[in-house]
Amino acid sequence: MARWFQRQMFRPTFTVVAFFAVIAIFFYGSIGWTFLMSLTKSSLMPRYDFVGFEKYADLMDNKRWIVSCINMVVFGALFIVGSLILGSILAIFIDRGIRFEGVFRTIFLYPLAISLIVTGLGWRWLLDPTLGIQAMVRDMGWENFAFDWITEPDRAIYTLVIASVWRSAGLVMIIVLAGLRSVDGDLWKAIRMEKIPQWRAYVQVIFPGMRPVFASCIVLLMSEVIRGYDLIVAMTNGGPGISTEMPAKFAVDFFFSRMNLSLASAASILMLLLSLLMLAPYLYSEFRRRD
Amino acid sequence: MYNISLNKIRKTYGDLTILHSVEMEITEGEFVVILGSSGCGKSTLLNIVAGLDTCDSGQILIGDKDVTDLEPSDRDLSMVFQSYALFPSMTVRRNLSFGMEVARVPKAEREAKVAKVAQLLQIDALLDRKPSQLSGGQRQRVAIGRALVRSTGVCLFDEPLSNLDAKLRTETRVELKKLHNDLGFTMLYVTHDQVEAMTMADRVAVMNKGRVEQFAPPQEIYEKPANLFVASFVGSPEINQIAGHLSGNGSLDIGKTHIDLSGYAFENGTRPAQDAILAVRCEDIKIVPPAAGHITAQLDFVELLGADALAWVLYHGKRLSVRMGVDQARALESEVGLQFDLTKASVFCTKDGHRL
Amino acid sequence: MSSPANAAAMPRVAVVGMYAFLIVSALFFLAPFLVILINSVKPMADIRSGNLLTLPSEITFEPWRIAWSSACTGLDCSGIKPGLWNSILITVPAVVISVLTGALNGYALAQWRSRFADWLMLFILIGLFVPYQAMLYPTVKILSGMGIFRSYTGIIFVHVVYGLPYTTLLFRNFYVGVPDEISRAARMEGASFLRTFWSVILPISTNIIVVVAILQFTGIWNDYLLGLIFAGNDNLPMTVQLTNIVNNSRGAAEPNVNMAAALLAAIPTLIVYFVSGRYFVRGIATGAVKG
Repeated sequence: MARWFQRQMFRPTFTVVAFFAVIAIFFYGSIGWTFLMSLTKSSLMPRYDFVGFEKYADLMDNKRWIVSCINMVVFGALFIVGSLILGSILAIFIDRGIRFEGVFRTIFLYPLAISLIVTGLGWRWLLDPTLGIQAMVRDMGWENFAFDWITEPDRAIYTLVIASVWRSAGLVMIIVLAGLRSVDGDLWKAIRMEKIPQWRAYVQVIFPGMRPVFASCIVLLMSEVIRGYDLIVAMTNGGPGISTEMPAKFAVDFFFSRMNLSLASAASILMLLLSLLMLAPYLYSEFRRRD
Repeated sequence: MYNISLNKIRKTYGDLTILHSVEMEITEGEFVVILGSSGCGKSTLLNIVAGLDTCDSGQILIGDKDVTDLEPSDRDLSMVFQSYALFPSMTVRRNLSFGMEVARVPKAEREAKVAKVAQLLQIDALLDRKPSQLSGGQRQRVAIGRALVRSTGVCLFDEPLSNLDAKLRTETRVELKKLHNDLGFTMLYVTHDQVEAMTMADRVAVMNKGRVEQFAPPQEIYEKPANLFVASFVGSPEINQIAGHLSGNGSLDIGKTHIDLSGYAFENGTRPAQDAILAVRCEDIKIVPPAAGHITAQLDFVELLGADALAWVLYHGKRLSVRMGVDQARALESEVGLQFDLTKASVFCTKDGHRL
Repeated sequence: MSSPANAAAMPRVAVVGMYAFLIVSALFFLAPFLVILINSVKPMADIRSGNLLTLPSEITFEPWRIAWSSACTGLDCSGIKPGLWNSILITVPAVVISVLTGALNGYALAQWRSRFADWLMLFILIGLFVPYQAMLYPTVKILSGMGIFRSYTGIIFVHVVYGLPYTTLLFRNFYVGVPDEISRAARMEGASFLRTFWSVILPISTNIIVVVAILQFTGIWNDYLLGLIFAGNDNLPMTVQLTNIVNNSRGAAEPNVNMAAALLAAIPTLIVYFVSGRYFVRGIATGAVKG
């Protein structure tokens, strides 16, 4: 036994076990606990009288939750497509050996260094009808110009899309750029020999070969969508009304200000399931590639 | 004091058996080379001796002390790695002294030992450099220095020359052998390069699929291979093999022709009738004018190698190599006679490859 | 370079179009920052009479001074200064501990040979994508049990633990590429696992340490949710203080002060971004693709 211990001093076992324990407790233990609470009627404090999946059924009747989910889907789809398109175009252009490449890169990437809180505030001010773009255009003489999406319940969600794309397009750009730079140079020579137009080369040859790159972009962006909280708080705080509520904010609000633990837990578990669902194909291909 | 015995070392990974009960006795001061192609288990065996890997069963004795369950650092041995594995952030000096530092050897003693080894290997001038500032050959020296500095008496080498260019490899080979003669350490050296094995080893262990096929001095391995695997693995070009049937009267029948084996010394003097393979090295075949009674073959082509030449001839559809002088090779006719030096040839059982 | 730049030259129109697109994009990316910057040095009178996009009639640093030391968050009017100090006090130790634990765990995982190794990796990868909401409430309970909920220690602890999967994975991916023979050589020399890690491995990890430190620094500095829940009133980080200031003075607010406060909150990570550009980019790329 003593010898076994002595030998472990030369092995990573203890560290791995400690690490595993921390992850198991704080991540998986917490998830388990949250799941348990979602099966109860706990409101202010946890109470363990189980009512099965009643709270999940309640969620489906909860208008705010339904709106949150619809918002997330609309926002997520537009945000992911927008970031991918803008990011890829920027990456292609930057990859073409443009002048001032460094300057452009710096400009496209700096939003990543800024917190979502500041991002949200900045765009809130810029889009504020009485202060921002609308006011500017009106001051320039177009008295009837309207760009007041942030105060329109139907449109406010799109302002979140604008701000998120602003922040994440650079991320897509840098990942796609790394992918483009690792494309085999001979492939480009072949494309040139075959006289394939450049845009077709990207769409039909280069990008299809970079599927894993786009896959990781999408996974990353999706997880931002599901977790999205800070930006909403800073920019619209869910409003006007509940027109920009999303699940992450729903859960936090019900945990910490509305004190409905079980409902918040159920919402959180659904968010987790959604994350895993999104992640599953990615993990599957990751692990299959390794084997 | 520093002899090594390996007793029935077994190692498996899942269903895959890496080592089948390997046995080896290495005497003190011996230079033993473990020779084999990649995947034969030679590196695993070395790692087990070093203590970096565990065996499933078996026993390792170093200097008659059972070290099977000991940490590498408690086994009184040192090791030189294929990639040198110098500690990149440390100077050469610290690389050499780190092990002693861990073992809390007093500073003065550490410095004295480092200085001594540095002088021996002529790396004094490099002591304050980082590994990244050294050439491949210099790194190699430092790696050897690190192994020597703790001067334990047993030194393990894991393909230490494979990352050097050809010229440097030859030089280092000679130097290592000299070092061994001077220091008298027990050395266990793993390689896939048969030239290294032939030139440096006191004894060579040829490994194949987790087994030691033969453990003998290099010349014996070359001249009297214990089985067909060893015969064909060692030597370049590969040993010529002629398959036939060994008849009771001591000749090898190949189709309608016969090779008289009366000059061959069979093991145990017996020669049961069976399918057999005659293996002859290219330098043990002589080209003679084709005449009745001789074995005749057709010349295929000739390779001139500078110092000598290889003639490739076709015999019963098999291509055989024959080594000869350049002049003779230039004068070859399209039909040649062959004469085998049976005292140096080997005959193997076709079924299991063992020497007959 | 594999870049298509040396491929067939683009027609002139295409080149002009490309640069036009890049410049418009650059303006889009710069706009919020410039607007905030300009208005943070604008007298209030300018803002009332014009809009956010008019240039200031005179440059004043008064808004900065107010934001720094006398803007109000609720009843407390000491500006964002305490928030800056809190953020520093939280971020610096959290980053240091994150890097060290991440490196140790990453090295241990890279060294760990086991048939469970792949499962542990899956375990960690999933941990990377778990929405915080599914862990938050139990974490609150666990920290309360440990007596460090809403405390300085608590917030640092949460940042380190929640960051563990990420930091560990980044380091593991780096250490998998470090030749195993180096660790073996150290073991031959008698160095224990921890000694090898400390004396041999850590000193050659500078690059990845910088990358992880930058990622964790921006992540923790920009965090809002965890600070809000776990830090406690005396340790609120800058992001939380910023929203408090902004939301406190909503309506007839002083936008110039708010914007100065936002800039103050963004400056530290922007400095890190500009100083460490190359590492920042590399960090995002490796972190994203491998994560």
